[in-house]
Amino acid sequence: MKIGYYPGCSLQSSAKEYDRATRLVARHLGIQLHDINDWNCCGATAAHSMDHFLAAALPARNLIIAEEMGLDVTVPCAACYQRLRLAHRVLAENEETARDISQLIGRPYKGKVRIYSLIETIAGIGLEQLAAQVVRPLKELRVACYYGCLLVRPPGTGCDDPENPRLMDELLEAAKAETLDWGYKNECCGASLVFSERRLALHLIRNILRNAVDAGATSIACACPLCQSNLDTRQGQVNKEFGTSFAMPIFYFPQLLGLAMGLNPQDLGLGMHFVDPQRAIKAVSG
Amino acid sequence: MPRIGVFVCWCGSNIGGVLDCPAIAQEAASFPGVVFSTEYKYVCSDPGQKLIVDAIKEHRLERVVVASCSPRLHEETFRQVLRRSGLNPYFLEMANLREHCSWVHPDTPEQAQRKAVDLVRRAAAKAARLEPLFPGKIPVVRRCLVIGGGIAGIQTALDVADAGLEVLLVEREPTIGGNMVKLDKTFPTLDCSACISTPKMVAAAQHPNIKLYTYAQVEEITGYIGNFKARIRQKARFVDHAKCTGCGTCWTKCPVSVPDDFNLGLGERGAIHIPFPQAVPNKPVIDLAHCRRSTRGKCGACAKLCPAGAIDYEQKDEFIEAEVGAIVVATGYGLFPWEKVYGEYGYGRFPDVITGLMFERMVNASGPTSGKIQRPSSGKEPRTVVFIQCVGSRDEARGKEYCSRFCCMYTAKHAHQVLEKIPGSEVYVFYIDVRTFGKGYEEFYRRVQDEGAVYIRGRVSKVYQDGSKLIVKGADTLLGEQVEIAADMVVLATGAVPAAGAADVARMIGIPQDKDGFFQEAHPKLRPVETHTGGVFLAGTCQGPKDIPDTVSQASGAAAKVCGLLLKDELETNPLVSRVNEALCTGCLACQPVCPYRAIQPVTITERLPGQPPRERVVARVNEGLCQGCGACTVACRAGAIDLKGFTNKQLLAEVDALCL
Amino acid sequence: MILLGGKSSTEPDFISAVARASGHATLLHCYQCGKCTAGCPLAFGMDHKPNQIIRLLQLGRIKQVLGSRAIWICAGCWTCTTRCPCGIDIAQVMDSLRVLARNEGETVQGKDVVSFNELFLQSVRRNGRVFEFGVFMGRNLRRRKPFLDADLGRFMLTRGKLRLTAERIKGTKEVRRLFSRQGAPVRNPKERTKE
Repeated sequence: MKIGYYPGCSLQSSAKEYDRATRLVARHLGIQLHDINDWNCCGATAAHSMDHFLAAALPARNLIIAEEMGLDVTVPCAACYQRLRLAHRVLAENEETARDISQLIGRPYKGKVRIYSLIETIAGIGLEQLAAQVVRPLKELRVACYYGCLLVRPPGTGCDDPENPRLMDELLEAAKAETLDWGYKNECCGASLVFSERRLALHLIRNILRNAVDAGATSIACACPLCQSNLDTRQGQVNKEFGTSFAMPIFYFPQLLGLAMGLNPQDLGLGMHFVDPQRAIKAVSG
Repeated sequence: MPRIGVFVCWCGSNIGGVLDCPAIAQEAASFPGVVFSTEYKYVCSDPGQKLIVDAIKEHRLERVVVASCSPRLHEETFRQVLRRSGLNPYFLEMANLREHCSWVHPDTPEQAQRKAVDLVRRAAAKAARLEPLFPGKIPVVRRCLVIGGGIAGIQTALDVADAGLEVLLVEREPTIGGNMVKLDKTFPTLDCSACISTPKMVAAAQHPNIKLYTYAQVEEITGYIGNFKARIRQKARFVDHAKCTGCGTCWTKCPVSVPDDFNLGLGERGAIHIPFPQAVPNKPVIDLAHCRRSTRGKCGACAKLCPAGAIDYEQKDEFIEAEVGAIVVATGYGLFPWEKVYGEYGYGRFPDVITGLMFERMVNASGPTSGKIQRPSSGKEPRTVVFIQCVGSRDEARGKEYCSRFCCMYTAKHAHQVLEKIPGSEVYVFYIDVRTFGKGYEEFYRRVQDEGAVYIRGRVSKVYQDGSKLIVKGADTLLGEQVEIAADMVVLATGAVPAAGAADVARMIGIPQDKDGFFQEAHPKLRPVETHTGGVFLAGTCQGPKDIPDTVSQASGAAAKVCGLLLKDELETNPLVSRVNEALCTGCLACQPVCPYRAIQPVTITERLPGQPPRERVVARVNEGLCQGCGACTVACRAGAIDLKGFTNKQLLAEVDALCL
Repeated sequence: MILLGGKSSTEPDFISAVARASGHATLLHCYQCGKCTAGCPLAFGMDHKPNQIIRLLQLGRIKQVLGSRAIWICAGCWTCTTRCPCGIDIAQVMDSLRVLARNEGETVQGKDVVSFNELFLQSVRRNGRVFEFGVFMGRNLRRRKPFLDADLGRFMLTRGKLRLTAERIKGTKEVRRLFSRQGAPVRNPKERTKE
């Protein structure tokens, strides 16, 4: 299968391991990822809370390029995914905005590109095919799949049920992990609020970690660089702020899939976490 | 030209506040044929009617134009005035100055004034060409069909039967009783639902004038008011009820155990079963889908054990044809399917999130837990119970826009029952508004709050399982604070929707449904138990959510309507029906398929023209009992042979000329 | 205190501007059930809760809404929108209010948020992609807290997760044209033409 790949800015720096794991797992599963040529930032929260035109225009350039390449797009980052999906919708529904954007960029968008989250793309090859690639079943892993907000909301642009998403659980179940039904799988981690209102965001992160621990999780899987960064790298700050002692490894879901397929943990970026995931990984490798 | 009188009504300020009524009356005096013209504050009032009576006498009026409100409101009133004055009542024509003019053009009174004059001119032109009309007579079958054996259907059946008329009461479930008999106690009096409904069920079954068909469905209705034909399917019960004594041996020995639908899955029953111990009839049916003899080909325990030899695995569905004069639809309600849309309440994944009706079965002494309130997950008694109101109701986005009316009160009753049965328990009720519209309802609500139920104004955003607890996240909008409750059980006040299959019933009888699927009454205020189809009446929640007192009232109302219809020897038909001029009809029958009431049939007539031998040919004929006067056929007729009486082509063209020439 | 009746402070133009910008005309449908606030992960930190923001809009209390901290605390998680029984896109209303607040110069309550967003968009305008390290350093300079999140910075550096130089895309001209519209947030940044 051949599909356009929009990594997004974070996957070039703070979420490098997500990018690495995604490319390795995709190759292993026979999914050919073609980077969108010269892609640009989707604008993220900054654009949509400052200027509605930019919020549509920045993702639109990527959609135009993807269309020219004749490819649909898969997006690993939940935030980029939602921005691209919403821009696609604005372009389809608002003629004026669509015309202004295509004038500024100099090329039109015909609306042909279909935008998928990475979860959907991997699920698209079939759970049985995925299970067939598993050489190291994730049997010892009690994993809480964390979907956060933008993968599943608002309804209509999300890639799964907004209240009880299951796609990531199904992928990891195919890799023989034990997934958990837990209450905070779709609660917000605070996202970029952490950069301006850190204390408030730490509350949300604490709540998610606490709920996962209460549900019996030994690790959390996620599909968003900001979610991962908030839950992982801020655990120290959470522990300091609230006097807790969380030590919950936070994986990108393709890292776990890669592990199950027998790929090298280092190549999957498993040494790049703030909370050391070694114990969880060792439990898997037996 | 006949002598016409015009009466312009102010309708208080409804018309008079926008239009200059004296000026209209003055101008009308100059229209062709008008010999008298006046205006009055309320023409429909007693002095207003007298004004017409006197003017008819004094000015020898032959046609009357009343320019007032919609004919749907007062046409019949003014026809009676004409009749009292010795005129044919159909010599009346109305101009609708209120709905068609003053109400819709209050901002442009000058243009409205011109339009009003035009409307009266049109009416006068038509009035000049009105012809006398006489209602026909049709015979009446003195038997009533009641569809649905819940409390509404039972009440209607009993009232009609007590008046001496025959009733066929058809219920699709194995027992009558409907939703009411599933309830434990009823608000606000707390009398036992079974104690007050089971005697009525028995009375219906034993009444000499009521023929009860349970486990049966009406499959086809043909005919018209006073003369319907119904086809009823008696589903095979696989038990010969003529032989069965209801001894109970079979259902206690059946080896099968499946979730009990009567108890909404809270308990279990066998394949051969009665829905509950006081069921009417108190005789079992076999649920073939689960019967071991049917699924595995061997068992037959019930047949072996039955002392009466009543088990008949080969029984087939039977059909009953019946003639009835009136139909009462009382098909009731179902519960909003919350599991399909409310993911934030768990999509039904959490066993301790239950519905109000499940709570009723649970708290019912003859229910699956013998009246013990317990968490379905563990069987333990809950300490903290949260009630969420408006689940499916008042939710335009994913549920229904309307209020289901009885949920506030049953939730209050549930809160009371928890606090009464579980000393020391905590009860929280999330609400948007508490609607206590009935007699003694507000007092009951206050009492429940006094007993300790904590009412929190706000909708719950999410319920999730946290270990053995359910975490309920809500808000107290009065305080502006978030609320989180660790609950043992959550009860959803699921709203009411039309019973499953309501659309099929609507289609079968030919009655419309409203936007939510409830059956449409003929007028929301003044004809709430009638439908637009003559002889078909509504009772209970099939017309819209209502509580038991309102349901029973409407059921008795429907019964009164049925008696009013069936106790006549003959029915007067509406004379405003289509008429085929057989001399012009070519027999093409283009009119037949456009008739929504199946009122047109071909007939063969023998034509005798002077100097020619008699010859036979086919023409269309209108059944005046079925025709509702819609006029569709008149438009379809290529030969111009069909006219709608009271709206003839000549009359309509005169109106057009009055407006356009 | 909210005073109503007589000379109401309602400004229908403003309300309809919010409704239009939010793709919805149903603000008046809200019956204050509070489901938005109930599910809002950040309501505890807001001065006016989400349902109160809608209520204030219904009552025309524009100054109070634009001057509230709540609109800057909303993280845009869309939980409220997803569950609103009236179909109001509350998250989008919040977004529109932020945009309008900026246009009206009412950003005191959200100066850190606005400042961060500006730095972010400047970076995108300059490079076509966001240069994370640059944005964070910029934030710390603006807030005069050079060592904010220094622990994280050190960690990221040691793991090679922080790129120290910006990567510029070829199509920056196209991207800059998108920023050229009237009213764009960082249309005329005080940036050097060469880095």
